[in-house]
Amino acid sequence: MDKYTLVALMEDKPGVLNRISSLFRRRNYNIESLSVGHSEEPGISRMTIVVNGGERVVEQVAKQLDKLINVTRVVDVSDKPTVMRELALIKVSALPGTRSEITELANIFRARVIDVAATSLTVEITGPEDRVNSLINLLKPYGIAELARTGRVAMVRGVNGSNGLH
Amino acid sequence: MKLTGAQAVWESLVREGVDTLFGISGGAVIHLYHALPDYPLHHVLMRHEQGAAHAADGYARATGKVGVCIATSGPGATNLVTGLATAQMDSVPVVAFTGQVATSYIGTDAFQETDITGITQPITKHNYLVTDVEELPAVIKEAFHIARTGRPGPVLIDIAKDVQAAEFEYEYPEEVNLPGYRIPQADLGGQLQEAAWMIDEAQRPLILAGHGVILAGAEDELLALVEKGKLPVVTTLLGIGAMPETHPLCLGMCGMHGEAYANLALSEADLILTLGSRFDDRVTGPTDRFVKQAKLIQVDIDPAEIDKNVTVDLAIVGDLKDVLPALVPLIERGDKASDHKRTRPLWLARIQEWRGESAKRDIVEQETDEMAPQYVIRQIWEATQGQVIVVSDVGQNQMWEAQYFIHHHRRGLLSSGGLGTMGFALPAAIGAQIGCPDEQIWVTVGDGGFQMNAQELATVVQEKLPLKIAILNNGYLGMVRQWQQMFFEGRYSGTPLLGPDFAKLAEAYGIASLTVREKSGVVPAVSKALAIDGPVLIDFQVEQEENVYPMVAPGAPVHEMIRRPVAGGK
Repeated sequence: MDKYTLVALMEDKPGVLNRISSLFRRRNYNIESLSVGHSEEPGISRMTIVVNGGERVVEQVAKQLDKLINVTRVVDVSDKPTVMRELALIKVSALPGTRSEITELANIFRARVIDVAATSLTVEITGPEDRVNSLINLLKPYGIAELARTGRVAMVRGVNGSNGLH
Repeated sequence: MKLTGAQAVWESLVREGVDTLFGISGGAVIHLYHALPDYPLHHVLMRHEQGAAHAADGYARATGKVGVCIATSGPGATNLVTGLATAQMDSVPVVAFTGQVATSYIGTDAFQETDITGITQPITKHNYLVTDVEELPAVIKEAFHIARTGRPGPVLIDIAKDVQAAEFEYEYPEEVNLPGYRIPQADLGGQLQEAAWMIDEAQRPLILAGHGVILAGAEDELLALVEKGKLPVVTTLLGIGAMPETHPLCLGMCGMHGEAYANLALSEADLILTLGSRFDDRVTGPTDRFVKQAKLIQVDIDPAEIDKNVTVDLAIVGDLKDVLPALVPLIERGDKASDHKRTRPLWLARIQEWRGESAKRDIVEQETDEMAPQYVIRQIWEATQGQVIVVSDVGQNQMWEAQYFIHHHRRGLLSSGGLGTMGFALPAAIGAQIGCPDEQIWVTVGDGGFQMNAQELATVVQEKLPLKIAILNNGYLGMVRQWQQMFFEGRYSGTPLLGPDFAKLAEAYGIASLTVREKSGVVPAVSKALAIDGPVLIDFQVEQEENVYPMVAPGAPVHEMIRRPVAGGK
């Protein structure tokens, strides 16, 4: 099974997110992540969906999404030149002896320490998922107390805006 | 003009050309019902909201117009669910109105509150919850547009009670603003030419016609294609009526209980042109073994149907009403004696041969004193010459109707195909009869399905509808019994069914009734029913353990059929 990235634009109306998640559940699609927020256009939200499955499944997901009345556009960006990023907040156990090691690791990954407590550090990392995964793996031995990931957001490189998502 | 929300609903319906609606009143729609008598709308009071939804559906299937139903909040709304799911599966244009508790009560688990937009989301084409009266006109305009265009389907509008009472300055929009809703326009260029070449090249071409042909109103266009190319046609259950079954090139229904020759044609064709059909599993059997020998072309208005169940070689997304007339001039005449066409008469002859073999197994040809349900259906056809609309229910009765009634009447068969909703026939026939007052309408239904919505007999009488109701009464939930007999060791668990004296039940409602216990009584009963002006119910007490043949066993490919033994023990 491969991972595909879809970008969808939709009207920002009550219930739209529910329509989309309900569609995934009802059609038995395997969704890895889904992230949603405002787009550059007022009243239009933008969603990045990472789908596990074969090409045919992804095509169906895109078509079924497109059928939803409130969804204005769906594009499979998997094979386009795309910038893909994810943000993660990682709260890791840190005692005086390990604090500097963890900070050093964070620096190597261009992650930032955003909170320091007596027994923990919170690290923020933004980057491609594999980089986020690598840092998480390296931090695991110290003990990860809490982890929050946004899921992938994606944007096609170049000058076009959302309407140029072809 | 100043209107209340309730008045705005009815005013908008009138502007959409609606003249009939089916429903049941209640607390959360009381404002709507209060305003209703001031508008030129015929409200048909049903006896159950499920009946209202099926009636709107039957009205829509029979007329091609949008069917409208209405129910109150809570249980009224949830009772619509089966009817909406039925309409959604069969792409029928319906607009359903439900009342909702007042805006300030939403989310408080108020009396008769239910989240009907949440519940119906996966079984409607779209739905709305209206909590601001100013939005109401645009929502209604959009709902009708969405229901009737593209691939049709049901749309539900849930209106909070305070919205119905609120006054506002009413204006009905001329246009809809739906940036996310596009109706596909077919590219009538290259793909169509390619389709024509594929058809011309084919030695054993076959058309598989589905409900989409009827929904598009493209029956004439299909006939033109068939006759020019001499292309044989099989249909799905809901495709029955897309092509007159009296036409020599029409092979009738294919699939699980399709004609053997229709299924054999499917499994030996080298090209299948699928028009407005979604490759339902009752048509295909296991898709990995479905027509592997054939090239496939699919024309459908819904892009999501392309490659959903079966991968095709060429897909054309668009309205059959546009695509077929553009395709006809591109194909060669099927009777032209060019080289690669010499095989086409052979193909038609081969189909004819299969047809003859099927006739030998035909139960209506067999001399027996048993009252076979197939014989009953055939006698109704003989007596009416098929010039009627039949609304069939679900199960064995539905398959026998499809097999033994020869449909050549446009929109002459209404049936719940995708959802397979028992209890559909009677309320749907009510809708159909109100939509088509000049048509004679027959209901063919089993004793099980009839008892699921028998309460609508009261609506039949109230509306003075001359429905002819034929119950094929075998005392079983027959299709399940047949499966139990064939695949579950004959253990009839949960299928023997006690029914009332249906004739007395009809009498209690003031409906003329007949009971037929002998084969010899079938023909006289049908003519008697035809002679009666008003509604008639006939209880045909048919052979109890008759089976539907042929049958493609679950999991088997379509050409592997369980056939009826040939008469005379051969």
